[in-house]
Amino acid sequence: MTLKAQSAQKTETSAANIDSSVVRDIVIDSTAVENSSVDNKAQLSQQFSYRHAFMLVLKRDLTIAMRHKDDIINPLLFFVIVITLFPLGIGPEAETLSRIAPGIIWVAALLATLLSLDRLFKSDHLDGSLEQMLLSPHPIFLLVLAKIFAHWLITGLPLILIAPLLAVLLHLDENSYTALFLTLLLGTPVLSLLGAVGVALTVGIKKGGVLLSLLVLPLYIPVLIFATSAIDTAALGLPYSGQLAIIAALFFGSLTLAPFAVGAALKVSTN
Amino acid sequence: MWKWLHPYANPEVSYHFTNKLLPWLSALAAIFLSIGLVWALLFAPADYQQGHSFRIFYVHVPAASLSMGIYFAMAIAAFSSLVWQLKLADASAAAMAPVGAAFTAIALITGAAWGKPMWGTWWIWDARLTSELILLFLYLGVIALHNAFEDKNLAGKAAGILTLVGVINIPIIKYSVDWWNTLHQGSTVSKLGKPSMSLDMLWPFIICFIGFSLLVAVIICLRFRNEILARNSIRPWVRELVQKHNS
Repeated sequence: MTLKAQSAQKTETSAANIDSSVVRDIVIDSTAVENSSVDNKAQLSQQFSYRHAFMLVLKRDLTIAMRHKDDIINPLLFFVIVITLFPLGIGPEAETLSRIAPGIIWVAALLATLLSLDRLFKSDHLDGSLEQMLLSPHPIFLLVLAKIFAHWLITGLPLILIAPLLAVLLHLDENSYTALFLTLLLGTPVLSLLGAVGVALTVGIKKGGVLLSLLVLPLYIPVLIFATSAIDTAALGLPYSGQLAIIAALFFGSLTLAPFAVGAALKVSTN
Repeated sequence: MWKWLHPYANPEVSYHFTNKLLPWLSALAAIFLSIGLVWALLFAPADYQQGHSFRIFYVHVPAASLSMGIYFAMAIAAFSSLVWQLKLADASAAAMAPVGAAFTAIALITGAAWGKPMWGTWWIWDARLTSELILLFLYLGVIALHNAFEDKNLAGKAAGILTLVGVINIPIIKYSVDWWNTLHQGSTVSKLGKPSMSLDMLWPFIICFIGFSLLVAVIICLRFRNEILARNSIRPWVRELVQKHNS
């Protein structure tokens, strides 16, 4: 028992080390400007490249997530359990289940994303690395985008991978599997992007959890409507490219606009 | 225009300006509302299909369109507060949010009361009803976020960002709900087809609409005045005001 606790503590501290070292890297970038001379211009431009900053934040977030595996697994478990509850509550008839399967899967995906959102900025805000990122010379847009992308890789992607399995449990129509996959692929990034705005607004508040759902869930409605209607349409064997195009439009719209809102909100929250 | 607007960035000046504005607005609101409502509820002809229950229209429609209008006004205030750092714009947005939420609720409740005799049910998942309900959620989100912050300046900024995110999303939500409705429901319940209204129904409606808009203006002015006082409670001019009031 103690051994386990010790090892847990060890991973905690090493995660913290990674935290501080990467943040230091980002901050060093800014100090490098002052010490710069002509000959290390090449190195400087490498340090300043957008790609470099993006990859740095992405790698850091993924490393931290890998060290707290339950953060990845718990929302996924929640997703599975919620979906198991529906047949128990509604009844095991295959017809009813296949009728409501798209809605159930998508609502569960919304809720699972909502649960996982808290991690996006909270720990960074608590240990101060968020402020360091905001102080760094790189555009906030880019750093925020990297964090959101990492969040999607950790929560959205596993969701997409496990969804077909749950679709089998709910007797989803066979024609709908591609539609389910495509809507999740295009839709879950939108959930992460819009959710990030909500988290950024509530990160400074102590009891932000319930408030977050109040802010974010109304914004998720369009994704839910178009995704479920695409899956329904696919079940009838009709083309559903229109719905997919609209979800893609939502994706690109939120991809370009949401990081700005997140940046502004983070500045307010960290004050 | 800027030169003319500039003095109103000062809380004291705007406080006195609202004070001067209030009696006029209240008097006008009282006149318009009493004429409009009496005309609408007692003298306007009853609808040939819906009978007298149609009269709730004179409250329902102004409330519904004002609920949208107040949100856009709030978004404009939030935008100017974020761009030009006007603290009073924050105060006005904070003053508007609960009024907007109340009018959205009025629109929903009167809509339900109208729906019961007409459609035979309190609630249907009609596109307009659904988007009005979502608008109420957006309002409540803004109010809740505003209340969650201790510091009112931060609260105003955060709520402002949320308002702007919401104002981008309102048309998207509206169209997606329209679309969802036509897909899922078909035309089981035809929307209230509005035949072009006859003039003796239209005039009381216009007067009611102006009256309710003025009422909103009055309530917002009152709340705005309170916001200014609450935010500037340590300033000397507020203290002088309080002393004058007490003596």
